[in-house]
Amino acid sequence: MELLLDGIRTALKLIFSLDHEVLAVTLLSLKISATATAASLLIGIPAGVFLALANFPGRRLIVSLVNTGMGLPPVVVGLFVTIFLWRSGPLGFLQILYTPMAMIIAQAVIATPIVTGITIASIQQLPANLKLQVRALGATRLQTVWILVREARLPLLAAVMAGFGGVISEVGASIMVGGNIKGQTRVLTTATVMESGKGNFEVAIALSIILLSLTFGVNYLLTVIQQRERPR
Amino acid sequence: MNSNNQLLQVDNLLIRRGGVQVIDIPQFAVKRDEKVAVIAPNGGGKSSLLLAIACLIQRESGHILFNGEEVTTRGETAYRRRIAMLFQEPLLFDTTVLDNVAEGLRIRGMARQSARKRAVESLELFRIGHLAQRSAHKLSGGEAQRVSLARAFAVKPELILLDEPFTSLDLPTRILLAEELGQILHQSGTAAIIATHDRIEALTIVDRLVVLDGGRIVQEGTPQEVMAEPVNSFVAAFRRTSHARI
Repeated sequence: MELLLDGIRTALKLIFSLDHEVLAVTLLSLKISATATAASLLIGIPAGVFLALANFPGRRLIVSLVNTGMGLPPVVVGLFVTIFLWRSGPLGFLQILYTPMAMIIAQAVIATPIVTGITIASIQQLPANLKLQVRALGATRLQTVWILVREARLPLLAAVMAGFGGVISEVGASIMVGGNIKGQTRVLTTATVMESGKGNFEVAIALSIILLSLTFGVNYLLTVIQQRERPR
Repeated sequence: MNSNNQLLQVDNLLIRRGGVQVIDIPQFAVKRDEKVAVIAPNGGGKSSLLLAIACLIQRESGHILFNGEEVTTRGETAYRRRIAMLFQEPLLFDTTVLDNVAEGLRIRGMARQSARKRAVESLELFRIGHLAQRSAHKLSGGEAQRVSLARAFAVKPELILLDEPFTSLDLPTRILLAEELGQILHQSGTAAIIATHDRIEALTIVDRLVVLDGGRIVQEGTPQEVMAEPVNSFVAAFRRTSHARI
């Protein structure tokens, strides 16, 4: 209990003293995870809409793979991204291993199936005849997709939250492809692992509290938008 | 074959769904301003017929002519912008009533203000102008179906397809809405095809009854003619239904 209180005290001290290193780590965490989430939205929403509306052989298999991917272990993603980006790997020529870019790629790989899976579910939970009604109103295919996405916007915000939540909190992939290099690839989760490994539990708890606060802040903002959106 | 008075003509329509033939209609036509009810027992093919007329399901074969011109695959969207279709559920969007009614006009590229102005007129037509700013997902069944009707009429369709539009409503609301819809259809001169197994919907509104069975037309005529000589047990039962208002 004493340890926890010390951790909270240290967290408050680090936050209110605007500790340079903690601030840098927090901002990098936010930047990497926000970019990875944005990338996963760009890929996952169109892919999810397509999989929800299209009908083609093998669709069920792909949806099953996406659903399985929603629970991808970050260390497995970290391992494969490392292999791909390794000097002798297929993408080794990019020379981005142990950089924030590698972390963004790994986190986007983790978040994309989550966003895709929730998008599929969001579109499929719409009334079965809604698509026909939209087309009956004279909508083109593009207008139909746009209107259906608009109708599923509230559950789609859950996709944003789940995607961001999945990557801001992961450590396995970030530590493998980023290397936890001070000032370059150290983020809140990797720093927490390192500090607890060194026995600096107060700092580790402090970093965890900052991570939790950051996650809560982003989700609170998205929840406010989600709730405001619903017409009264 | 096509007279000037003919709005819709369907030739040799064949539809299979899930490998089963659900529609086999050599010819079906609707005149301008004509109100036709398609009656059939459940699974009789009336919804499939309406979906096929709106080009919303694939036809195995058949041609649809609208105003004498064949509806081609490329021209389906343009054709759908001249008609409207209502389903059994109101299927309203998660926005205000006003924006729901304006949606069909916005889809057609009308400016927001003009679309809203037309939407208000359509809401007034169905006496629900006071609901304009309400959330469409917080309406009673009758109100929601009125909004759905207002949305369909806002685009000033030449033909309106109604797929059992009042089935989920209570009897007094159903009678009231059927009467109002009948009046509005007659005043506006809009042609309509109403698929139903509800006597009130069929007989309050229409000039002609078409009886489907197993996807085929087995009888057609004025409501009086069909009711006088029912072709099968379904029509006989339809005639005996209470709340007769013919």
